[in-house]
Amino acid sequence: MAETHSLQDLQQPTASSKVFVQRDYGSGTISKFHTKFPSELEPRIDKQQFEETIQTLNNLYAEAEKLGGKSYLEGCLACITAYTIFLCMETHYEKVLKKIARYIKDQNEKIYAPRGLLLTDPIERGLRVVEITIFEERSIGSGR
Amino acid sequence: MHLGVSESMRECEYSQISTRNSTPMETPYKKKTPKRRKWESFPGRNKFYCNGRLMMAKQTGVFYLTLVLIIVTCGLFFTFDCPFLALELTPVIPVIGGVLFMFVLGTLLRTSFSDPGVLPRATPDEAADLERQIDVANGSTGYRPPPRTKEVVINGQTVKLKYCFTCKIFRPPRASHCSLCDNCVERFDHHCPWVGNCVGRRNYRFFYMFILSLSFLTIFIFSFVITHIILRSHRSGFLKALKDSPASVLEVVVCFFSVWSIVGLSGFHTYLISSNQTTNEDIKGSWSSKRGKDNYNPYSHGNIFTNCCAALCGPLPPSLIDRRGFIQSGMPQLAPPTNGITMYGATQSQQSHMCDQDQCIQSTKFVLQAAATPLLQQSSDPVILTASTENGGPLPGRTSLNLGGPCTSLPLGQPTPPTSTPSLSCHEASDILPIHGHSHAHNHGHTLQEPMAHHHFLTPEEVPSPPGMLPCGSPMGHSHTMQAGFYNPASQDSLHEDSVRGLVKLSSV
Repeated sequence: MAETHSLQDLQQPTASSKVFVQRDYGSGTISKFHTKFPSELEPRIDKQQFEETIQTLNNLYAEAEKLGGKSYLEGCLACITAYTIFLCMETHYEKVLKKIARYIKDQNEKIYAPRGLLLTDPIERGLRVVEITIFEERSIGSGR
Repeated sequence: MHLGVSESMRECEYSQISTRNSTPMETPYKKKTPKRRKWESFPGRNKFYCNGRLMMAKQTGVFYLTLVLIIVTCGLFFTFDCPFLALELTPVIPVIGGVLFMFVLGTLLRTSFSDPGVLPRATPDEAADLERQIDVANGSTGYRPPPRTKEVVINGQTVKLKYCFTCKIFRPPRASHCSLCDNCVERFDHHCPWVGNCVGRRNYRFFYMFILSLSFLTIFIFSFVITHIILRSHRSGFLKALKDSPASVLEVVVCFFSVWSIVGLSGFHTYLISSNQTTNEDIKGSWSSKRGKDNYNPYSHGNIFTNCCAALCGPLPPSLIDRRGFIQSGMPQLAPPTNGITMYGATQSQQSHMCDQDQCIQSTKFVLQAAATPLLQQSSDPVILTASTENGGPLPGRTSLNLGGPCTSLPLGQPTPPTSTPSLSCHEASDILPIHGHSHAHNHGHTLQEPMAHHHFLTPEEVPSPPGMLPCGSPMGHSHTMQAGFYNPASQDSLHEDSVRGLVKLSSV
């Protein structure tokens, strides 16, 4: 049994806690997150780095929800084709969401994972929060 | 699990056995249960079709009535009136009629079947985190906490964000909780029984196009049926004309009664779109200048054209609830035990799915949920409790009370806002009362009152404890005797408060 447990210890990531960065509704209903640096992350990561990540995310969401000629054109085209056009192509919003997913993956690989942190894509939490999981190191073989 | 004893020997044997059994999976005991999609354990009260591609509200009877009315009336028009009109006047008439009919049907189905902008419920970790923050903000734990609201300044206007006890989130601005569907919906306009769905951020434009095109279609059919009768009367007399084309009479009657209501509704929503308000906000007079000189709509873009473009042609956000995604469940050996999120999503919702419609259990669940939420840090147990347990609980009872009641009565337990009733009668929206109400008075009452009902003049009303429920012995008591997990004592008091509130609610009925 002990052997199995230590194997499991090796396989499983360590204990973790979560920090949530909430939405900032100060500019209305657009998707935007607070850039305030949570104190729980202080020992792990640079304040500037974190704020830059959140700010980039905010900018990307703003790009997705931007009202302008391009989005109006897309809307009108969709209406004319009775929205069947979206069977063939993605909406602008979906394209930007994919971009955001790539950015988060990239940030996780380069910056957050080496520091024992993990960013969860806000879309998986209904765009309510940016969830940051803090992994605590546990020594291997210390199982029950 | 006795494999580990002499692991080298046993492991060899074990792996031999597993390769002989040779499943394509990595481990033999992985995923005994088939993968379920997330819509199958959705906590709200919605119906899903086509394997999660389509979603509607629970009660869809009126939607079928709408469909029947439209299809039958148009069918009669094309069968009985169009041949005459095509010959006498121009064949363009049936063509235009056909195009309008297809557009109406398309927008109706799109409104009815799409996700209105449902906000997924908070994961247990999020809910616990919010509870902690609220506790810190409140300070005292000995008293009943004040209603949970957060104030936010948007473009210079102070807006109160309310906490949704069902979904365990602070509702974004303009979102509201639909009691019929038991979901928080973004930019909630109203719940429309005629389309069998809520009207919210993602389907408002389809709803608007539906009522606009239906207005045109109704007027079109009405005028051409009248033309048909008149032309026939010139030839053979009025009574003979009616006898020759009896369907026309039915069409005229249907169209006559529909045209007032639908054209009125279209006009109302045109006004709402141009001022960037929801039905909710308009009825409550949230941004009315009567409330104060400095009261203005912070969401408006400033001019009518931009508001219209934004509402109708703006970017369409994708659905936040991922109906067709697979639930990541049943892998305790491989998934880290502390990754409670997806597993909760599976286990909690599976449980709530199994225990639906049992009001007694639901009410007890709610009460116990408040006490047991911190214990949900343990992921390996099938935990019933969490944000998503109030599944089907109070509302069947509440809904039936509403349906039975008069048009202007609000759902039980909610005080009538003093400004709303007069605003209903003197507003141009007064057309809506007879409209939705002409054959389904109670449904209409519901349609309009849903927005008011969701404005939570009492926060305890958000507590989904239904009238008439008696606290039962807890059948789920055993689910709480899980392995003692990590729990946060700091949040116990507020949760106890919740449970006390729940019990008070239960006993007050």
